[in-house]
Amino acid sequence: MLFKNPPQAMNAELFTLTYGAIVRQLLTDLEEVEEVNKQLDQMGYNIGIRLIDEFLAKSNVARCVDFKETAEVIAKHGSSWLSITCFVIIGVEEKKSRIEICTGIFLEDNPLVDFVELPDTCQGLYYCNVLSGVIRGALEMVSMKTEVTWVRDMLRGDDAFELQVKLLKQVPEEYPYKDDE
Amino acid sequence: MIGVGKVKQYSNVLDKPLSKGKQEVSLSAFAFLFSELVQYNQTQVDNIAELERRLEDAGYAVGARVLELLCHRDKGNRRETRLLGILSFVHSTVWKVLFGKVADSLEKGTEHEDEYMISEKELLVNRFISIPKDMGTFNCGAFVAGIVRGVLDSAGFPAVVTAHFVPMEGQQRPRTTILIKFAEERSKVRLIYVPGLIACNVYDAQQEHDECVNALQQHGEGW
Repeated sequence: MLFKNPPQAMNAELFTLTYGAIVRQLLTDLEEVEEVNKQLDQMGYNIGIRLIDEFLAKSNVARCVDFKETAEVIAKHGSSWLSITCFVIIGVEEKKSRIEICTGIFLEDNPLVDFVELPDTCQGLYYCNVLSGVIRGALEMVSMKTEVTWVRDMLRGDDAFELQVKLLKQVPEEYPYKDDE
Repeated sequence: MIGVGKVKQYSNVLDKPLSKGKQEVSLSAFAFLFSELVQYNQTQVDNIAELERRLEDAGYAVGARVLELLCHRDKGNRRETRLLGILSFVHSTVWKVLFGKVADSLEKGTEHEDEYMISEKELLVNRFISIPKDMGTFNCGAFVAGIVRGVLDSAGFPAVVTAHFVPMEGQQRPRTTILIKFAEERSKVRLIYVPGLIACNVYDAQQEHDECVNALQQHGEGW
């Protein structure tokens, strides 16, 4: 089992509508769709760097041996966290240098987008950009610098939600050696 | 290969069946998201009143949609047109759907005739929130107040809704009271929107108000 205790649950509709309210507020405040994408990603990042603590504290996950396993954990965790069903398909795709590894994460259903349809003026909007931020933030806290991009987005007319997680580099853990000074 | 040469199809949100509302997400997901909402709005304002107003605005948008959704799904496109009806709709139905339980109490204000209070010992949005001392009376319940205002306003009962902390004896955490003050109106013509049909009825606020008072007296406070 992934969690010692299943996380406390709440109605998804309040969550969905609250997220909608946030996006709408951002659109009114920032006006530019690009800026909204950035802000959503930033919010996700902030969530991710705090979420990872809760995740590590409450889950029984041991250290992942490779990036593929990491992606699988994200996919599993996502399902208990957001009741998203997601699965990893593409797996590891090694590029020229061995460091650059890509993994695709598919989301099957996504409570963030219930009731949502993008108007023509917002076609450039990555509505779920908060999710990519969350993954980026969470992985950065376990010393993996990643780049997370949306490959497919149902709100933009694709047939699925797909995230691509690219491992840029592993940051070696830094110990606070300077404590003595 | 998936995704090659496929035609983009934009699905219409109205073509999808309406969900039953049974889906759940984890509470922490909401708590994180809500904290981001508050933090973002904090960067946009320079005083507490403004921050509360912005949270309320966000809640208002949620409330308006919740009313539409619930009326459509649970009440067969009908909604309450009576003051008492809409209040108990907020107190029980809306609360139950959004927060998983009926609100702790619905009371009528003692000082003013047109004030009602919904109290909640531990409001969902306030569960993981502690207010720094320098932020005074700020209450994140403003978001919920906004939801209530959104529901009431969209149902044709304009009101001013505010959230307050009320200290409770023997309890460490204060409870949150949502104060609803209905806008003054004696009688007016109200337009009722029913999909496909516009009905118009003349309605007497005073008469309805008297009924409310009677009903409240009969039911006692904690109904």
